[in-house]
Amino acid sequence: MNNLLVLPLLIPAVTAVILIFLKERIGLQRMISAISACLNIAVAAVIVYQVSTDGIQTLYMGGWIPPYGIVFVADMFAALLVLVTAVVGAACLFFSFASIGEERERFYYYTFFHFLLTGVSGSFLTGDLFNLFVCFEVLLVASYAMIVLGGTRVQLRETLKYILVNVVSSSLFVAAIAYLYAATGTLNMAHLAVRVAEAGQGGVMNVIAVVLLLVFSLKAGLLLFFWLPDSYSAPPVAVRALFGALLTKVGLYAITRTFSLIFVHDLGLTHTLIGWMAGATMILGAIGAVAYNDLSRIFNYNIVISVGFIAFGVSVATADSLNGVVFYLMHDMVAKALLFILGGMIIAATGTEQLQQMGGLIRRYPWTGWMFFILALALVGVPPLSGFAGKVMMIRSGFGEQEVALSLIALASSFAVLYSLIKVFREVFWGGERSEEEIHPLRYKAMMAPAAVLFVIVILMGIGAETVNGYVAQAGSVLADPVQYINAVMKE
Amino acid sequence: MELLVALAIGVLFTVGVYLVLSKGLLRILLGTTLITHGVHLLLLTMAGLKTGASPLLGEKAEAYVDPLPQALILTSIVISFGVSAFFIVLAYRAYRSGGMDDVEGSKGERR
Repeated sequence: MNNLLVLPLLIPAVTAVILIFLKERIGLQRMISAISACLNIAVAAVIVYQVSTDGIQTLYMGGWIPPYGIVFVADMFAALLVLVTAVVGAACLFFSFASIGEERERFYYYTFFHFLLTGVSGSFLTGDLFNLFVCFEVLLVASYAMIVLGGTRVQLRETLKYILVNVVSSSLFVAAIAYLYAATGTLNMAHLAVRVAEAGQGGVMNVIAVVLLLVFSLKAGLLLFFWLPDSYSAPPVAVRALFGALLTKVGLYAITRTFSLIFVHDLGLTHTLIGWMAGATMILGAIGAVAYNDLSRIFNYNIVISVGFIAFGVSVATADSLNGVVFYLMHDMVAKALLFILGGMIIAATGTEQLQQMGGLIRRYPWTGWMFFILALALVGVPPLSGFAGKVMMIRSGFGEQEVALSLIALASSFAVLYSLIKVFREVFWGGERSEEEIHPLRYKAMMAPAAVLFVIVILMGIGAETVNGYVAQAGSVLADPVQYINAVMKE
Repeated sequence: MELLVALAIGVLFTVGVYLVLSKGLLRILLGTTLITHGVHLLLLTMAGLKTGASPLLGEKAEAYVDPLPQALILTSIVISFGVSAFFIVLAYRAYRSGGMDDVEGSKGERR
């Protein structure tokens, strides 16, 4: 029992409620939000420390011993993701201060922001499948509000589609839960793992597994990403950064968790399916990233590529590749948030999202330019930076497991990332100046601060890969050997 | 009884999917609510209908009904209620802002 586990939910949730009452006091709203975000990072860091010294932490809600009641579980994987979520959330928050505008701030932007963080942290920490659904809904409802906040025509249109897709997939999620409950009589994930192992993963279980995979793929944008590029282009950049960094990753987390803990007895079916979905996602994402000349489209298709890449690691399912998944997931959350923040600065500096209308920004904003360049290398996976370690672990074990075709696709997708981002770099920062827009120097500094922090993290995660890997290996070992997770939850 | 409810769930899903695939925004909206109704019924049926007395200690019965699915359904109903309300308001706003009351009007611009 460790009551600390509820704080990553409680802090943002309480903050959000307090902010509702401070509608007109924007300064106060910002101050409380900032304090809450910093507090959240501190708590998450303590949880990571506790998990690293004392092993998996659990919290039985209301004292109900599992399999009864709802249980919160922090293994290293969940704890690390909660920490990264807190850090990325704080960076996006500080970027919002500089870029979101008073109108939105007055209409409960920060409230939705904190509810979103509540849902994301809850999804990572919960050890109960139905509770996972509830946490998904918390973050989704917050995301609906954040996409549409501002109410422009484009936003209304894209929100309609986004909600429709998610309502349908949530219905399927509940249907899958119903089937699973009928087949096993439990919804506690650790207990499910035991029951599925006892009953054997036959026909019915495989159907349920595939329905769950479908649901999580819709949320993560794995193969079923048709809604993603449009929806993520609609809201302001600060919101895009938050979505791009966190939302798809929650779906990926759910896939990783269910297919490393519960449905692990028929790898030939489920994991092969994930593998081919991942391959198709990488190829289609690469085509999209190369095809467009529109900043937000290129970035959104880069999200799609990385989703495919991480799912590839899940499908290989060796201890090494799962280490890689954890490492790359952390890297990608930080790096994607930074990518969108830098993109936001570019859009603010040029007043457009079309690459053809940009150029020559390197003279006015050299720091932004070189940060973007180095970030692009990090996303591709060039060695001293954060993307390298995860990529090398996944691809090496991909080749080791004879998944040659998928591994080659994964390698090739890095080239698409490189090409698309260097194209952006060349068009935006080189050449003659094409725009007269100017970011106010103070505002520029306020935007630069969170970007610089994330940038330092990207570099440190690369240089200190050995240290990070100590924690990652602990997370990966639980994923590869789910008995540890089951024993920690069901010990009494 | 289970078979009857299963058929009802099937009908709800069929009608819901048909409506979601139609063009009018209002029909799509109603389709999603029908699908969620179907899902809730499914959740109820999956645990077995009326397998014993109410799950109260005083009943002293031999078998009790599993109360968990009902708790789940309650949660799920509240969530879908909230989301539907939001969806309807959003659809109304989209309609007011002109032309987005069907699928044709809600297409993205060509890029």
